[in-house]
Amino acid sequence: MQWETVIGLEVHVQLATRSKIFSGASTAFGAEPNTQACAVDLGLPGVLPVLNEAAVAMAVQFGLAIHAEIPEVSVFDRKNYFYPDLPKGYQTSQMYHPIVGAGEVEITLDDGSTKRIRVHHAHLEEDAGKSLHEDFHGMTGVDLNRAGTPLLEIVSEPDLRSAKEAAAYLKAIHSIVTYLGISDGNMAEGSMRCDVNVSVRPVGQEAFGTRAEIKNVNSFRFVERAIAFEVERQVELLEDGGQVIQETRLFDPERDETRSMRTKEEANDYRYFPCPDLLPVVLDRAYVDHLRETLPELPADKRARFEGELGLSAYDAGVLSASREMAEYFERVREVCGDAKQAANWVQGELSGALNREGLPIQHSPVSADRLGELIARVIDDTINGKAAKQVFQALWNGEGASADEVIAAKGLKQVTDSGAIEAMIDRVIAESPAQVAQYRDAEPDKRGKMIGYFVGQVMKASRGTANPQQVNALLKEKLDALC
Amino acid sequence: MHDKTLSELAAALEAGEFSSRELTAHLLARIERFDDDLNSFITITPEPALEAADRADAARAAGKAGPLTGLPLALKDIFCTTGVKTSAGSRMLDTFVAPYDATVVERLKAAGTVSLGKTNMDEFAMGSSNENSYYGPVKNPWDPAAVPGGSSGGSAAAVAAGLVPAAMGTDTGGSIRQPAAFCGITGLKPTYGRVSRYGIIAYASSLDQAGPMARTAEDCARLLGAIAGHDLRDSTSVARGVPDYTGELEAPLTGLKIGLPREYFGDGLDPEVEAAVREAVKVYESLGASVREVSLPHTHYAIPAYYVIAPAEASSNLSRYDGVRFGHRCDNPQDLIDLYKRSRAEGFGEEVKRRILIGTHTLSEGFFDAYYKKAQQVRRLIRQDFLDAFEEVDVLMGPASPTPAFDLGANKDPVSMYLQDIYTIAVNLAGIPGISVPAGFAGRRPVGLQILGTHFAEARLLNVAHRFQQATDWHCRRPAIAEETV
Amino acid sequence: MALEHAEVMRAAHLARLGLNDDEAARYVDDLGRILAMVDQLQSLDTADVAPLAHPLDATQRLRADEVTEPNRRDDFQRCAPAVEKGLYLVPRVVE
Repeated sequence: MQWETVIGLEVHVQLATRSKIFSGASTAFGAEPNTQACAVDLGLPGVLPVLNEAAVAMAVQFGLAIHAEIPEVSVFDRKNYFYPDLPKGYQTSQMYHPIVGAGEVEITLDDGSTKRIRVHHAHLEEDAGKSLHEDFHGMTGVDLNRAGTPLLEIVSEPDLRSAKEAAAYLKAIHSIVTYLGISDGNMAEGSMRCDVNVSVRPVGQEAFGTRAEIKNVNSFRFVERAIAFEVERQVELLEDGGQVIQETRLFDPERDETRSMRTKEEANDYRYFPCPDLLPVVLDRAYVDHLRETLPELPADKRARFEGELGLSAYDAGVLSASREMAEYFERVREVCGDAKQAANWVQGELSGALNREGLPIQHSPVSADRLGELIARVIDDTINGKAAKQVFQALWNGEGASADEVIAAKGLKQVTDSGAIEAMIDRVIAESPAQVAQYRDAEPDKRGKMIGYFVGQVMKASRGTANPQQVNALLKEKLDALC
Repeated sequence: MHDKTLSELAAALEAGEFSSRELTAHLLARIERFDDDLNSFITITPEPALEAADRADAARAAGKAGPLTGLPLALKDIFCTTGVKTSAGSRMLDTFVAPYDATVVERLKAAGTVSLGKTNMDEFAMGSSNENSYYGPVKNPWDPAAVPGGSSGGSAAAVAAGLVPAAMGTDTGGSIRQPAAFCGITGLKPTYGRVSRYGIIAYASSLDQAGPMARTAEDCARLLGAIAGHDLRDSTSVARGVPDYTGELEAPLTGLKIGLPREYFGDGLDPEVEAAVREAVKVYESLGASVREVSLPHTHYAIPAYYVIAPAEASSNLSRYDGVRFGHRCDNPQDLIDLYKRSRAEGFGEEVKRRILIGTHTLSEGFFDAYYKKAQQVRRLIRQDFLDAFEEVDVLMGPASPTPAFDLGANKDPVSMYLQDIYTIAVNLAGIPGISVPAGFAGRRPVGLQILGTHFAEARLLNVAHRFQQATDWHCRRPAIAEETV
Repeated sequence: MALEHAEVMRAAHLARLGLNDDEAARYVDDLGRILAMVDQLQSLDTADVAPLAHPLDATQRLRADEVTEPNRRDDFQRCAPAVEKGLYLVPRVVE
């Protein structure tokens, strides 16, 4: 039987506010345990929540970015359950009236095609603390620093049909939230976390199969692997005449498998009801319009502009618009050097190669966009040739010199374009290579083109790479042909 | 000194008849002498009180005294106080010392008042008799066999017994007005959102409201002015200017339109209580007011609606008491579930558990629409009843409670206890202000006249209550204990 | 509606309240009578009535995104029953 995979994602994005969603405690990552948990975050008796404006603005910006409906009124509800990392015994969330309504996200697949994935809604809620399972005399330690950090939970429709699509969707969300600057998108620090709903059904069947929810899959790679495993598990189960049970599963990256979280799943009953400590959030038109006006250019628009206006290939446009940092870097390089194609080649070639080798993100590149732009400008204005440019880049990367011009001067890499000087070097090379000259002379005229490479190499070597290669080529041909 | 009202004490301090320290010491001695028996305080704070009194005296000497400087009062043990235990009448919080002050406490401190301690109350403000306190019942100063009412029973009893001229209470379904009525004092529940709830241990967040309890409406006006106003830390507190509540006290009542809700004079109303209330209404007529009967047709649905909404909110509000970050924790928990279940079973009393169970049940899957949603719909109808009535009349009047204070132990059945709050509960559901003023006696137990106004009509209510107190002397009657000297 | 023993036990479990048999029996009885009283609500037709969550028709005020709370861990943990190295301790949580 042929099976079709059906996937829906719930992506939790930590919003990049300075303070918590309902308190004035800091959201900074990595502080000493419980030093950023204030009375409100701890749920001490009598204290009350007040909603953070930035969290609201960020949620609305996301909604606008995915062309979602922004309802005028949204309401916070309490989701009641007991857990040590949930100080109040309830999570303040939005069950019935979320801040962001239905929207859609465009994903790009490996073959360059695109697909629209519907978003059911996105709602604001507070993050929980963390349980630390190191041994405290057989006890667990609870750190509530993270409690109250604003989360935007983005719930997709079950529109995804493969692990690759799911990963592409997650990347698209990542790209939108980082473009908007509403999250740092740092998955390693848990700024973006993902629950995956997976089911399979026979191809052609309309009804969905029973789904399993895989909790807390926290990298693009793991999403693909977890889904791949889970699909295989479900298909095998069904083909052996078994049934998938609706349950929560955990992905174990070490063993590359998902496993049931609780053998005896407790029936949850969260008893949602409107939080009486918070009032309905009413967003007036003017506020939403203002946020719409301040939206930055989003990845999809940027990609289209790179392709259309700058004339980049679809592939280049896609790569260069994939992250806000990459796009910003590229655009700055382009501005400084004035040539989009050259900028694109350098950013994707020399720069990306060096970054990958050292495992650095582009925002930590030792060569700034301005420096790289200046360097490319020197290639364009023929101050240096391409070979020298690579040397200059390496020097800048290593911190030898503050600018391209400085390195060029210090290393004497300025291109030699004085034809007298080049001719002198050519004459010397010809004089020192009688055997090669003889070969050249004896060759059929249509083979000579290839043989000229040897002489070019020798001349370039003699000039320590600074001679203008086009000039060298032309003069050499002239002189050698004259000897024939 | 203890025979004076708060306003009289303010004048005496200003005139230099005695100092705040002398006054404070005198009242502390009275508490020491009488409260073992009365049990109106959970915590007495003599040292901080005397220090605050000294500061007040120094401020006065420096010419920096305000209208409340140096005046002693007490706080229901539901207001969080830095450095002083806040128990909410519960074993759960028997060792809890908050690291912050409630906004009400902060404002009272800033006004220069002197807190003598924290008063007894029904556990987590759940009760109408003060019998649900972990710290034992409070006696009614008028009759030791009677309850003082609840849940702010300690505050009411302490004021009535002359241990303190005023006290702060909270009112979720009548918890200021009913004990004020039972103890023969004046108690005001302001409009929901008028006074910040920050730092007040929550019972039912959409109903809770703090207010003053004192001997007179004038005293309540002074205190309300100090505690009312917008608080950035409470999202439900209202950003609206605070009028001078003392400024309109003397306004004449000529032309005042009084409505008597038909439903507040029906079955179950004690005839002596009814007689006292009708007598009070006659006083108003003599002051130039007109009286007509009105109807609040959904009155009888108020208690059922309340016993869905309040327990539902409470069940969630009380989930934070889990033995992890503060409060009671059982010995040697075997596992997480054991920690939760035993800590909460040991820490909470019977009535609190009862309401947590009701609230949990009515919110659970399959019951939510039938109970919670229904109750919220009825809540709207109840509020509309009041809004309609206030289209016709300025204030509503009726009894604060269907009976005078009942005997300790008389209402063993929870449902019959709940029904005691028939005249007060709808007011919290609607969010309107209400005041109870002494209006006579049924036997030797006081009767309270309840006066209700529309949202933010506190100034009018205080004016109407004050004029009554100028025309009558019920509020000047004192139980024997208040006349006794140390 | 009458209340089953199992429903009270279910609520007690959801609310993490330990009940002994006597208490459970008493609460089955109490809650049954309280809910019978509450059931008076069912006689009202509220089909066209919007639920009212707050007595005033106010809307949520928003707070500026500023860090205003300093580290007060020591103050807050003074009333904690069990802490170590700044962490609150609970019996082992197994996932």
